[in-house]
Amino acid sequence: MEALHPKGLSGRGIHVWRGDRHVLRGVDIDVLPGEVVHVSGPNGTGKTTLLRVLAGLLPAEEGHVGWRGRGIREERDEFNAEMAYLGHENALKGDLTSFENLRYSVGMRRVLDAIEIQNTLDHLGILRCRDLPARVLSAGQRRRLAMSRIMLLGASLWVLDEPFTNLDVAGVELFSSLIGDHVAAGGMVVLAAHQGLKVPGTHPRIAELN
Amino acid sequence: MWTWFHKLASPPHFYRIAGLTIPWFGWPALALILLGLYGGLVLAPMDYQQGEGFRIFYVHVPNAIMSMFVYSTMAIAAGIGLIWRMKLAHAVAAASAPLGAWFTFCALATGSLWGKPMWGTWWVWDARLTSELILLFLYLGYIALRSSIEDPQRADRASAVLALVGVINLPVIHYSVVWWNSLHQGSTMFNPGAMSIEMKWPALAMLLGFMLYYGAVLFERLRAEVIRRERNAAWLREELAR
Amino acid sequence: MHQTGLLAAGALLYARDLRLAFRRWEQVTQPVVFFLMVTTLFPLALSPDTAQLRQVAAGIVWVAALLSALLALEFMFRSDYEDGTLEQLVLSGQPLWWLSLVKAAAHWTVSGLPLVVTSPLVAASLAVPAGAQWTVVASLALGTGILSFLGAVGAGLTLGVRRGSVLLSLLVLPLTMPALIFGARAVDMAIMGDSPRGPLLLLAAMFILSLSLGPFATAASLKVSME
Repeated sequence: MEALHPKGLSGRGIHVWRGDRHVLRGVDIDVLPGEVVHVSGPNGTGKTTLLRVLAGLLPAEEGHVGWRGRGIREERDEFNAEMAYLGHENALKGDLTSFENLRYSVGMRRVLDAIEIQNTLDHLGILRCRDLPARVLSAGQRRRLAMSRIMLLGASLWVLDEPFTNLDVAGVELFSSLIGDHVAAGGMVVLAAHQGLKVPGTHPRIAELN
Repeated sequence: MWTWFHKLASPPHFYRIAGLTIPWFGWPALALILLGLYGGLVLAPMDYQQGEGFRIFYVHVPNAIMSMFVYSTMAIAAGIGLIWRMKLAHAVAAASAPLGAWFTFCALATGSLWGKPMWGTWWVWDARLTSELILLFLYLGYIALRSSIEDPQRADRASAVLALVGVINLPVIHYSVVWWNSLHQGSTMFNPGAMSIEMKWPALAMLLGFMLYYGAVLFERLRAEVIRRERNAAWLREELAR
Repeated sequence: MHQTGLLAAGALLYARDLRLAFRRWEQVTQPVVFFLMVTTLFPLALSPDTAQLRQVAAGIVWVAALLSALLALEFMFRSDYEDGTLEQLVLSGQPLWWLSLVKAAAHWTVSGLPLVVTSPLVAASLAVPAGAQWTVVASLALGTGILSFLGAVGAGLTLGVRRGSVLLSLLVLPLTMPALIFGARAVDMAIMGDSPRGPLLLLAAMFILSLSLGPFATAASLKVSME
């Protein structure tokens, strides 16, 4: 494996075909501690595909993805324990309340108590949705609930695909500051977003896909 | 040795080698099948129990054996494709499935033809025939799964999992059916008993002929698969221009 | 940060699925109603004569139960696939084969177990003698279990596929035929007064096989469907 970065996430020579389309052509990318990497590019250039490859959901036909210098295929469980992925879908069960959603999804990875869940819901501004089933929440509230999960997982690497979808201005600011706090504490974020990204406290590094 | 294998598995090399090998499979296959048919339908003596109708055995049994051989080949190829991510292996599985299904269908049809003069009906729930029928269902399921998934890589990998699950279940299915049949009927009708060598060799000739036929048609279909999968590659344009 | 252990994660997933199922109570009862209705078809189609029904009862109960359980199979992973929860399970850091096992077990509890519980009723309606009821329940418990663990592979492979439910039945039915052979035979023997030990033991062996190998194949099929 050529030169995988020892401290963060690296992708080397990633090629992905979707049927006939050569979607990713030899992509190289590094995400280091304390960094926000903004994957940008027009629609259809493969941003989601790249993020899914980095998260380990989609195997690349050629190339490798490494975490702390070791391939993620070999160290799958260790990698998953330190990574949090937010996709287009919120990954919420409509029939469970906000509280239950977090308890079950985060509980699969680590032990957590009710106080933590409540504090996070409060931080994301949806404490009053605590006992409401997710299906009655607005789109913006559901996105915030999904972000609560990312916060609670306690992962060092965040892979976020269009995190600001359905958010109002206050929501965008909130998420941006959460991202800023995370990298300030030594975490890493790689995300795809349409809008220009403003993270307080750091300049996101832009990776263009074309 | 591995480099030779990897070389063979690379599409351009395989395409060329297959093109050369096909006639070496095809003509002997034809010769052996004609020989076997002549031996079985004309030369072999009449069976004292089943009369002339027994001659169908020479066509039925090779078909049945091939149907199972092709399924195992398909499953092994699928497994190789899944574990070592070899595209050619997936192509072998994809190309083999319709061939195997046809062998199975022919085995069922000839079995039915055999049964008619013996038992008076077009179908009997004989152990072997029922097993063949379930095998046909497995083939059809595999083909259906492949055709209903649009993404080619996912179709390859999903059908590979199915083929592996199927091949593990195959012995279980076969022995269950044999057990079930033994409860309700006597011995299976497809047991020709002890056979002398002059009755056996045409069957062996047919089997060998069928195997070579499978090889020839498989390689022909594989070349077509390679063309389809690599249709945008540069090497293919050069090759076809020759 | 204290990582969740294997058993705890499994218990959590199992509890989640059960909780979700009971919030959609009507969906849990549908296979049972189907079971009852299909069984009713046979006396209507054949004859109400109890002696005749008793002869074919084993087959009817088993085929009806199999088809009813098959109906519910496609929902094992469907909703998780559609709302993105399945991805999170794959990324949870827990072994996927274990999560597949738990999902199949939860599915059996919600879809298979109700059928098993209803089966004595159905069997009695087909003139199955009381002495054979135990065999009916035991064989169907094993049979629906086999369907859940083996069928999970099919459910995983057909996620997001058009007309997936029909395809799922085509794929899974041939694999369940051995269980049908031995299960129906066991019930038949019990009805005739013989001991059904032989077929039941074989059925149990098949169950153990599908329980131990099924989850690994299911995990593979889920990873394929994620691509």
